[in-house]
Amino acid sequence: MASAEVALKHTHVEKKKKVSERYWQGSGEEKKDEAPGGSHVPGDQPAPLGSQTNQQTRASEKKKKYKAAERHGKKAITRKPDPFPGSAPVPEEKRLKFRRKMKIDQLPQYLTKLRRVVASSQAESEITEKESARHDQLLLQEDAGFLEGDEDEDTCTISQEDIADAVDITAGAKYFNLNLSQFGPYRLDYSKTGRQLLLGGRRGHVACLDWQTKQLLCEINVMETVNDVKWLHSEAMYAVAQKKWLYIYDSSGIELHCIRKFNDVLRMQFLPYHFLLATASATGFLQYLDVSVGKEVAAVGTKAGRLDVMCQNPQNAIIHLGHSNGTVTLWSPNQKEAIVKMLCHHGGVRSVAVDKTGTYMVTSGMDKKLKVFDLRSFKPFQSYFLPAGASSLALSHRGLLSAATGDIVQVYRDVWNTPVKKPYMAHKVHGAVWGLHFCPYEDVLGVGHGEGFTSMLVPGAGEPNFDGLDSNPYRSAKQRQEWEVKALLEKIQPDLISLDPGKLSQVDYATFKQKHQDKVKVLGYDPLARDKFKPRMRKKGRSSTGGVIRRKNQVAHEDKREIIITTLKEKAESAKERKKNNNGQTSAVRSALDRFKKRAAP
Amino acid sequence: MGVMGLIYLYNGHIKICTEDVAQTPATSVARFCQISYPIWQHCRQQKDFCDSLAGSGAEFTTTDRLPAHVCTCCWRWSLYGGFNMAKILKKNKVSTKGTKKTLNKNTGTEKTPEKSSSAKRRERKRKTVGKLKGTLKTTKKSPIEKLDLDNVDEDELLNEGEEIIPSEDEGGSDDDRKHQKLLEAISALGGKKKRRLAERSEATIQISEFSVDAKGEGEKINLSDLIQTIAKTPAVSAQTKSHLKKLKLEEKTVDSPLTKPETERIQRNVAFQKSSEEVSRWQSIVKQNLKAEQLVFPLNQEAPGPKPLEQVVCGWKARTPLEQEIFRLLSVNKQPINDPVLTPIEEESLKAMSLEDAKIRRAELQKARALQSYYEAKARRERSIKSKKYHKVQNKAKRKEFVKKFDEMLKSDPVSALEELQKLELGRMKERMSLKHQNSGKWAKSKAIMAKYDDGARKAMQQQLEVNKDLTQKLATTLSDEEGEDDGETSEPDMLPDFVNEVEPGQDPANPWMRGQLSKDPVDLTEPSVPETAAAVLISEDEEEGPEETEEEGLLRGFAERRKQRQEQEAENEAAKNQDMEVMTEENKAGAEKAVASHDAADADIADDDEEEEEELSKFTNLFQELKDSRMEAEASAMVAEVSEPECAQLQQAMFRIKSLEDMDLLDQEEQADPAEPNAEAPQPAPLESKGADKKRKRKRGIDLAEVLTKEATVINVPLAPTAVEGAEGAAHGQEEQRDVIKEAFAGDDVISDFLKDKRREEEAGRPKVVDLTLPGWGEWGGQGLQPSKKKRRRFRLKTAPPPPRKDGGLASVIISEKRDSSVSMHQVGALPHPFLLPEQFEVTMRAPVGATWNTRQAVKKITMPKIVTKVGAIIQPMSRDDLLKHSRKQEEEGTAGEPKKRKAPQRKRSQKRHKKTKN
Repeated sequence: MASAEVALKHTHVEKKKKVSERYWQGSGEEKKDEAPGGSHVPGDQPAPLGSQTNQQTRASEKKKKYKAAERHGKKAITRKPDPFPGSAPVPEEKRLKFRRKMKIDQLPQYLTKLRRVVASSQAESEITEKESARHDQLLLQEDAGFLEGDEDEDTCTISQEDIADAVDITAGAKYFNLNLSQFGPYRLDYSKTGRQLLLGGRRGHVACLDWQTKQLLCEINVMETVNDVKWLHSEAMYAVAQKKWLYIYDSSGIELHCIRKFNDVLRMQFLPYHFLLATASATGFLQYLDVSVGKEVAAVGTKAGRLDVMCQNPQNAIIHLGHSNGTVTLWSPNQKEAIVKMLCHHGGVRSVAVDKTGTYMVTSGMDKKLKVFDLRSFKPFQSYFLPAGASSLALSHRGLLSAATGDIVQVYRDVWNTPVKKPYMAHKVHGAVWGLHFCPYEDVLGVGHGEGFTSMLVPGAGEPNFDGLDSNPYRSAKQRQEWEVKALLEKIQPDLISLDPGKLSQVDYATFKQKHQDKVKVLGYDPLARDKFKPRMRKKGRSSTGGVIRRKNQVAHEDKREIIITTLKEKAESAKERKKNNNGQTSAVRSALDRFKKRAAP
Repeated sequence: MGVMGLIYLYNGHIKICTEDVAQTPATSVARFCQISYPIWQHCRQQKDFCDSLAGSGAEFTTTDRLPAHVCTCCWRWSLYGGFNMAKILKKNKVSTKGTKKTLNKNTGTEKTPEKSSSAKRRERKRKTVGKLKGTLKTTKKSPIEKLDLDNVDEDELLNEGEEIIPSEDEGGSDDDRKHQKLLEAISALGGKKKRRLAERSEATIQISEFSVDAKGEGEKINLSDLIQTIAKTPAVSAQTKSHLKKLKLEEKTVDSPLTKPETERIQRNVAFQKSSEEVSRWQSIVKQNLKAEQLVFPLNQEAPGPKPLEQVVCGWKARTPLEQEIFRLLSVNKQPINDPVLTPIEEESLKAMSLEDAKIRRAELQKARALQSYYEAKARRERSIKSKKYHKVQNKAKRKEFVKKFDEMLKSDPVSALEELQKLELGRMKERMSLKHQNSGKWAKSKAIMAKYDDGARKAMQQQLEVNKDLTQKLATTLSDEEGEDDGETSEPDMLPDFVNEVEPGQDPANPWMRGQLSKDPVDLTEPSVPETAAAVLISEDEEEGPEETEEEGLLRGFAERRKQRQEQEAENEAAKNQDMEVMTEENKAGAEKAVASHDAADADIADDDEEEEEELSKFTNLFQELKDSRMEAEASAMVAEVSEPECAQLQQAMFRIKSLEDMDLLDQEEQADPAEPNAEAPQPAPLESKGADKKRKRKRGIDLAEVLTKEATVINVPLAPTAVEGAEGAAHGQEEQRDVIKEAFAGDDVISDFLKDKRREEEAGRPKVVDLTLPGWGEWGGQGLQPSKKKRRRFRLKTAPPPPRKDGGLASVIISEKRDSSVSMHQVGALPHPFLLPEQFEVTMRAPVGATWNTRQAVKKITMPKIVTKVGAIIQPMSRDDLLKHSRKQEEEGTAGEPKKRKAPQRKRSQKRHKKTKN
């Protein structure tokens, strides 16, 4: 102890003066010094003999292991083995999000190659699932929150000014008004990254700006009626539907093209992955322009009169058109007739919007109704009555719905699952609302109206996690160029637009069947058919006709039995579920006359 | 004759023995009995001859030293054994007849000692033959044999081949015979030896084709047959006899050699076992490589990336003599060889530094680093300063300093001063060469344009020229001139100034290094300013609230105030509404309420009423749908025609009107398009309801479309009232409004029926058509009004299979097109690739995309990892034995590490078994 203290008291200065010894300088002396010190630690009591030897042996074993590890190039940093080797396991629930449907029946043993192929693909999908889940855990941490009012306070009563005051300065600056009363109501469009804003006044005023920095990129007056404006694939170009033709300008306001083939365009949609600009005209034509090559891909005559309600399904690039007879039609450039025609409203359809996942469609009509449809089954989900009707609708990335009734903009939360009674937010602007658009990746709703433009804050509207490779709001010019090249390389052909975007990965059943039939004809038998059971020929008179039939029947019965068992099981399950659903609503005892009662539609 | 050798047969070979060997007759006899079979066989044939030979045993006793009986025995056996062996060797050359003759002669006539010389010769001949045999068949060669070989005459050697040739005229033309034999021998040496046909010497029944007497060929020979003679001869000792008896009992014969295929098979087996053992050693490594996810060739590659320095240095060895010499010197002088930076002991000592020491050392290092960074930062800052004046001053100061230094240098170190001077001269030369300060640059040109009007520009140009002049001026020898021309370049700031160790003002005061060193306190410019500004902001924000209130509180208060105001407003609104409601009459109550709802839906009281109203409305619309009166329809259609483009048309109208740029409310126009008051719905005749209900029942469709459309709708209360309501329109627009309402009411019905028609048409088109192939009049009466019989119709009307059920079968308000989209199917897979049998199997594998668009980078890397990776240009050597050794060692270690328990268990069992075996 004392010696230790003394050692501690020594200052570094003294020690530093000591020249560090070299090994060729009297190594023998050192050894001498070391020898007694090493063997005898002053405070250490000699341990019992047995334990000591044990320790020694253990130590030697360890050393051996360590040496072995070293010999093989694995440099062990610590001698302790890692108690949790490998990467951290990903919980099952997290992985479920990325699970692909890989269910397949047990393949017979003899199909070795097929089994191998299927197994390897399953293993691959497992790897991808695990990896993506792991990264999801790490990277997609941001979550959107919503505005929450005090007790018995509606969130819709909170004004924009209050929100802007409450939030931080940068977010607060996102609430602003542009007073542009001169050139009439404004249509607007945000670029895909959400950085640029394009405004098109009815009376010819077109302006694009970086709305966050409030930097004006260009401002022109086309001296003509402007029906709609739309950004093309990047913020370098935009399309303006003017009184007669469709024009394309660049971000500095220079007219690049005047496309005479597209006349009287009323509304436009841009399909970013197909590089298609879809236009709906007053003459009832739906036209597709390939922006990457400048060609008209398809022109479809809808025979439905003036087309002024249009939106796209972001999931499958199908165009939805609303008509004055209350129908909404779905179109692809590949078919000359509507893929689906839905009757949605009594009066004309005023506005249509489809959510990001392509599952829900929201429509508003002249009958002042707001309806939500399930696009998978084409069935109505919810129906709302808006006292003033909604003139335009917009859906945000996170599924917030904004509806404009007159000069009021209302925002609804979760319209499809539970019937809402009150809007989530409401805001009054100065003129009739003409254009509504949620800003991508921002909690901002842009409203174009008679008096100009209002950017309002809608907490929880934008997707907080953006895909940096797809649409990066913070990208530089160089990154944009690179993205453009990649996007062009990955451009999806218009041929592939169909109601089911996964159709490409499916086998074309019609041709497959045809080919199979041809094969059967050529071969004289069906190679895929399950061969019939043929009873074995038994000798010594045991293969009598009756016996053979009996054996055949046995096998047939077994097959039947399997089917029956499965159906019975299913029935029992469904009955259970029904019981659960009913939850004792109906009386347990059924009267004999109950069977004549009309069953309620399921 | 000094030492006499004995010829006897041993083990089928002829041997020459010395006396000493012969002294042990027992052993010689024992060996002697093991003469191999073919010789014996041959011997037997000449048994009588042998006997006769044995009878004249005395003649062969050429040596007096040996006991006669032993000698004769030996001689006798050896004689005919040797004889016959020679015969076998020479095969067909042997003529027994000749020999017999000579032998007979010998026996008959040559009993005289004169003739003993010929006998001697013969004997010698025999010896040589025997010796030759020995050399042929045995590898052993005794020295005596060599001796004998020496004794053999040349002529006798020549005679070897034809020793069988009869020697009738031995006395006479010896030279001729010799000559002839020589010739023959020579000829024999050359080409092929002449084969002589064997002569038959005995009359036998059987004739062997191998020119050997076939007498007694079929019989089997027993040992007893052979030793019979021994029993008769009394000369044979009892000992040998007993030996022979023993042998007789044992009857041990040597196994006949295996056949060629058999030996080959055995050899092959052994070879296979060996090679399989060899190959099976590679089994595990091969299996492992087959199973491995990825193989990188060449196999034993060094890990990429930089190696640790120690490894590189340690691995290096001195090879060239020069290097070796250097290393020898280094080692002699005890210089560090491996690690020139730190010796191991140094490292140890470093490690062994106490904590305190280490801390202090670290702190020192930190300090140095910090100082360096400060200095760097300062330099950077100074460099980035754009102020010309600042640089001017700076340069001036530098110049002054330089002059001072130069002065000192002149005194102290004239050589370096001269160098400095030369540097200056070089700078001048450079300046003269370059176009700098020549007023020829872009800037200068622009300035030249401006120079006419701008005084500053002119000045700047002048300055430039002056600088140029200064720089290009030739150096005067005096120092004063040099000082003036001193340029910025020359005063390089490469030496670290003293202020490096000083702390920059305005740096972080929290830094201990600053605190410790600085005597003057760091100027707190930034730190206190922040709170000040914040405070200022606060004050400006809520001045009235007093200083003690925080920011948050202020905000909250603001909110509360605003809320209060709003509530007050709302209360006022409500009051007004209530007044309105009182005025409302009963009959148009619904309409009024509706209006109210549109006026201010934020009211909670009215919300319930609203819902009721909506229900009524839906009922009414139902009724309207059922009403298909022609009058109404006509009216509605007229309306539709008028107002088919309701909103936009009107809006456009509005646009034209507003062109005057007046402050018109566009909203009013829009609201016209969708009128808020469906007043007309209220006056509805009640009895119609039942009528409608009846019609409803008549409907074909299972699902009532109208019902679907007018599904119970949730009414939403909007907190803010749209400003533009009916107020402006009033009675002026009354008629128009009504028309709109009617249109709205009846348009729905029309729309529905149209839609249904559409759908029916679609369904019809999709249904397969019946092909009618009946020929009226065939087989029965034909004519007008007559129809082919039912039977015929049934037979000749072909019905195609019904199509699969429509996708929109259960959906009344949806038409889904059944047309096939061929554009996608062009890109789809029509036929399945090889291992797939069913489309589902293929689709499942297709569902797992591999690309980077859908997967993370890591996953893509893992999935698309190639099975084999080869290095370009590298030779891939086959696996060597070292790899095998390494592999086995690794496996052993794994086994000892106890990682795979399953694998370990059977190993232990096996080892136990082995132990048992060894015990046994």
